[in-house]
Amino acid sequence: MMNRLDTVKRGEAVARPASIAVNDLTVTYPNGFTAVRDASFELGPGSICALVGVNGSGKSTVFKAIMGFVTPTAGQVRLCGLPVEKAISQNIVAYVPQSEDVDWNFPVLVEDVVMMGRYGHMNFLRIPSKKDRLKVDEALERVNMSAYRKRQIGELSGGQKKRVFLARALAQEGRIILLDEPFTGIDVTTETAIINLLRDLREAGHLMLVSTHNLGSVPDFCDQVVLLNRTVLAAGPTASTFTQENLERTFGGVLRNFELGGHALHEDDDARRINVITDDERPLVFYGVKSRKKKNAKKQDAKKKTAKNQDADQ
Amino acid sequence: MSALLAELAVPFTYDYMWKAMWVSALVGAVCAFLSCYLMLKGWSLMGDALGHSIVPGVAGAYIIGAPFAAGAFFAGILAALGMAFVKQHSRLREDATIGLVFTTLFALGLLMASLHPTSVSIQTIVLGNILAIADEDALQVVIIAAASFVVLAFIWKDLMVTFFDETYARGIGLKTRTLKLVFFTLLSACTVAALQTVGACLVIALVVTPGATAYLLTDRFNRLLVIAVAIGTVTSFVGAYLSFFLNGATGGIIVTLQTLIFLAAFYLAPKHGVLAARRKARVARDRALAESKSASVAEAA
Ligand SMILES: Nc1ncnc2c1ncn2[C@@H]1O[C@H](COP(=O)(O)OP(=O)(O)OP(=O)(O)O)[C@@H](O)[C@H]1O
Ligand SMILES: [Mg+2]
Repeated sequence: MMNRLDTVKRGEAVARPASIAVNDLTVTYPNGFTAVRDASFELGPGSICALVGVNGSGKSTVFKAIMGFVTPTAGQVRLCGLPVEKAISQNIVAYVPQSEDVDWNFPVLVEDVVMMGRYGHMNFLRIPSKKDRLKVDEALERVNMSAYRKRQIGELSGGQKKRVFLARALAQEGRIILLDEPFTGIDVTTETAIINLLRDLREAGHLMLVSTHNLGSVPDFCDQVVLLNRTVLAAGPTASTFTQENLERTFGGVLRNFELGGHALHEDDDARRINVITDDERPLVFYGVKSRKKKNAKKQDAKKKTAKNQDADQ
Repeated sequence: MSALLAELAVPFTYDYMWKAMWVSALVGAVCAFLSCYLMLKGWSLMGDALGHSIVPGVAGAYIIGAPFAAGAFFAGILAALGMAFVKQHSRLREDATIGLVFTTLFALGLLMASLHPTSVSIQTIVLGNILAIADEDALQVVIIAAASFVVLAFIWKDLMVTFFDETYARGIGLKTRTLKLVFFTLLSACTVAALQTVGACLVIALVVTPGATAYLLTDRFNRLLVIAVAIGTVTSFVGAYLSFFLNGATGGIIVTLQTLIFLAAFYLAPKHGVLAARRKARVARDRALAESKSASVAEAA
């Protein structure tokens, strides 16, 4: 017991499990617009939480409030039980914003940018240790950007830039990781890689809050969800919270809802229907004749079907 | 031959020349350090603005017999605050704000100097006169430049992160506002120092050219700093030395040297130079040509 108290005193953060507590958060921007009102939710360690809502529902605002970049007009945020400023100075939280507002002509290489993630671990002269270099290598490896480490930061594609900033957040080793739409503009391979990465971090006890418009992948990797529309509409475990009813409440009329069934889908009389709900991205749905066939064959079937439909249209 | 060497060594036999060369080199070095940040942020004209804005402070200090650095510093801070104030409380763009504030202060300085021609020399302030610098003024310059250099050596990385990505810098707990304040304080201090070596009009060159030159030569910030500081130091030292033979106008010579190096880099830089760009375009064109040729040969066969 005594021992634990000691550790708590020396490095308060080390002993604390990851947690985010948002209490009655209200954020009003200087122009008088209240983007978020009375939002509350709580998250614990070893979890990936999706933050879901329409454009302008206040997702980024919640992130900014958690980082202390906007001052709440009411309510408060605590990270690992600490006030925001303290949590940040203890390097507990890493944040990847929706879009990076940096000077792309700045003379820094990819590896230099990722090294910035280690600054919080260095002494005041910021001289990287062997461990810091190792962590940078590891982070670059994890987002599959090692081959580009000597490139100047502006000489990358949009998705590659995003991956570099993700690597920087990983190198930071915060126990709370905030990702504001990490999957927009990212190809499927990288998205899968990132999701696997997040799962590993969850195993290690990290807490991740991820905003996304990719509703399809939410049940896939998120164990918690927070549904947002200028306030928290619902929050809790994915299984009980991420329901059609709640989603319809969150998205109002904006949601695309494709219902497919009966003869529109197949020729026999199967009563089952497919319900496709999507937010901003239009799903690509192939409905091949024989789903067991190889992928290629399936695609060709789909093409045939489309061609047939077009014929029918004319 | 030996007569020529003896002639060239003459400046080193004078104490005032040693003083001028070392003071210039130190000022050149620290201004070059700052230039790396300034030109990256697109704040180059800020250096010009500060250089002109401190003129009334210097003039005032000479009139009342105070240390020139104190007066200049006071005016510099006033200018910076004035610009920040106008920017925050109007919709004017930054360049208009800077232009407005610095011309006003410069005019005030000229007015003060012309009203007190005995205690202030307009020419010294505007063009600098390092060869005739008084010992106590030289001491002030050395203290300012050396202290700035030490501070920069400690915070250069934090400043780099702040200037590259301010949001992130805040997110890892850096005090970005304090850092920027320190940076501008150092900038005003070094402008004050540079006033003595190259004069108010050419201060801008010292806080822009070395960084701009180095930027053409490297993609890494630490190398940028090393290259810029090397350029700043060497050109200032050599410039002061040459001014012995050319009889004055140290500032003009230093800045000319820096510009020559800039032009060389502009054309010859291995990656970002004009010639390199042409060479790369030519290589790409030749390769495309060769490929289309070999393709047509293959077709014919
Ligand atoms: N700096 C600002 N000043 C004033 N209003 C703002 C500011 N930033 C955002 N807003 C407003 O606050 C609301 C919430 O914005 P926010 O960026 O949090 O939305 P979001 O949920 O992240 O949307 P998206 O899905 O498009 O990223 C929006 O209506 C927006 O117009
Ligand atoms: Mg957003």
